[in-house]
Amino acid sequence: MMNQRFDFRRFVDRDNNILQLLLITAVIFALMSFLEPTKFLRYYNFESISFVFPELGILAIAMMLAMLTGGIDLSVIGIANLSGILAGVFFLRFSAEATGMSELLRVGLGVLLALSVGVIAGLINGLLIAKARITPILATLGTGQIFTGLCVVLTGGPAITGFPAYWSAIGNGKILGIAAPLVLFLVVAVVITIVLTRTPFGLKLMLIGTNPRAAVFAGLSKDRMILYSYMTTGALASIAGIMLSGRTNAAKSDYGTSYLLQAVLIAVLGGTNPAGGRGTVAGVSIAVVALMLLASGFQMMRFSNHLIDFIWGGFLLLVIAINSFRNRNR
Amino acid sequence: MLAPLFRRSETVIALILIGVMIVIGLINPAFWSLDNLFSLVRANVIIGIMALSVLMVMISGGIDVSFPAFAAAAMYLTVIAMNSVGYQGVVLPFIGATVIGLLCGLVNAFFIHTFRMIPLIVTLGTASVVRGLLLGLVGTSIINIDRMPKSLIGFGRTTIDIGGSALTAMVFVYLGLAVAVWLFLTRTMAGRGIYAYGGDAESAKRVGFNTRRTVYLVYGLAGALAGFAGLLQAAMIWLANPRGFVGFELDVIAAVVLGGASIFGGRGSVLGTLLGVFMLVLIKNSLIIMRVDNTWQGVVVGAVIVFATALTAWRDRNKLA
Repeated sequence: MMNQRFDFRRFVDRDNNILQLLLITAVIFALMSFLEPTKFLRYYNFESISFVFPELGILAIAMMLAMLTGGIDLSVIGIANLSGILAGVFFLRFSAEATGMSELLRVGLGVLLALSVGVIAGLINGLLIAKARITPILATLGTGQIFTGLCVVLTGGPAITGFPAYWSAIGNGKILGIAAPLVLFLVVAVVITIVLTRTPFGLKLMLIGTNPRAAVFAGLSKDRMILYSYMTTGALASIAGIMLSGRTNAAKSDYGTSYLLQAVLIAVLGGTNPAGGRGTVAGVSIAVVALMLLASGFQMMRFSNHLIDFIWGGFLLLVIAINSFRNRNR
Repeated sequence: MLAPLFRRSETVIALILIGVMIVIGLINPAFWSLDNLFSLVRANVIIGIMALSVLMVMISGGIDVSFPAFAAAAMYLTVIAMNSVGYQGVVLPFIGATVIGLLCGLVNAFFIHTFRMIPLIVTLGTASVVRGLLLGLVGTSIINIDRMPKSLIGFGRTTIDIGGSALTAMVFVYLGLAVAVWLFLTRTMAGRGIYAYGGDAESAKRVGFNTRRTVYLVYGLAGALAGFAGLLQAAMIWLANPRGFVGFELDVIAAVVLGGASIFGGRGSVLGTLLGVFMLVLIKNSLIIMRVDNTWQGVVVGAVIVFATALTAWRDRNKLA
């Protein structure tokens, strides 16, 4: 049913969004290079972006996955922080000296722990949404508060520090000269793209988002698909949590709170339909790069962080308006 | 004869509320002291007025997470304006804050109606815009008690004395607004239009309601109430913090959902919301009195949201069956 041959023209046609996004990115790039040529066009700038944007990119992909079924996940930040904090607690409790474990094994167990936190948290969200029939907004608003609350209980307020060196390497290291987070992001992006476009799971997910009723009549188990999609979202959120705590070498209950809006914005800007059924990893990835270039450029022009928040929000509203006009013309 | 009464969700909430109060009272009898009860009532005022705002939005089938930013903007701008001209008064500033909130709310309505975008995403955006402009352009410094307008502080500290304990007079402002919103929602055509629009927008349109006017009315009024609540908060706590009200959206939405309003629209009452607000404030403020560590507050509020929404979802499913 799907022509495997890659046809660039059709690729762009089907998602003329992608072309538009590439255009926006190019415009932002040109604008920033023009305004701040000495600072913006430095290798260091792009390198530092490549360390920071993957967290946000993965959160945005997670948000897109939840939106594909017409839902939303407002608990991703809570899940990310809880994963990082629980791993931090694990490292503190089971120090290398006390257990005699090798560093690599400890970090491996920590990653496993963090990922299972994400999957379990996603499972809880999925159960509340699919089985208890709570709307995704309220269910994840509530669980997000619970996860963040648990972070506060676990840490008592201040940040947890003292992550092992290998853990920090996930957020700070380089693989063949490329930022480790960027490599991780590319792996995640490719895997999710394949899952969404080349597996029955992805196809079913899109169908459920496009028309939930028809999907049920077609014999799809909607509940199970929703469960899986939120579990994947949770797992991705915990990967972002690992990267965040690795990069900053600390975990705290209120890290990354501004990421929530940004993840929603990037998902929507990347062409995801919040009502479900449409969204691509490629779109989200380009959107996150575009917005990161924008933010870094404005930071160089000494805009305060608050004004950058304003720009993020304004951009979201602008995108809503543009998308609306585009759909009207169809 | 009592059966219809028990079928109302307000009755159920009220009964649960009484049950919770009895349990807390048994754990710590200090709960029933007038001082404690009055401080609970005081904690209802701001969250309650904001809940009235969110109630209207929810009845219309939307959701609003921008009101904390609007409240902060209305409050901070008004206090700054008062200080810069040295104005001492009460009525005019409150009108000013309400109008600022109203204008912000109309922006929400514009985006939601013109572009048919999901209210959650629009209000996330407007919240970020308003908060960013306020902190980035107007200022980040807290105006504390020695620089707060005396007239506002004087108004905010008005109390009445009952049995040797002081009850804040602001509770009457809150109840007055509640009655006004109740009259508006149940006794005016525009108010009924909000229920109709939230129940089924297309049907409401065909019956002859002006859906555009309804959307503007709902979000405009919601913003106005938020702006008013913002300034009232500053008057009650004697300081104006432009970073204030962060996280209020969770508490307020929890309270409104606790009060039986449905996020799908068309359902919700002022009385239920008042009870829901009281329940939320009671649970949050009684953790200490029940000797539970304060760090658990977030977990408890989250659990309350999940539990209350699961309950309403279950109720609505039974209704449909």
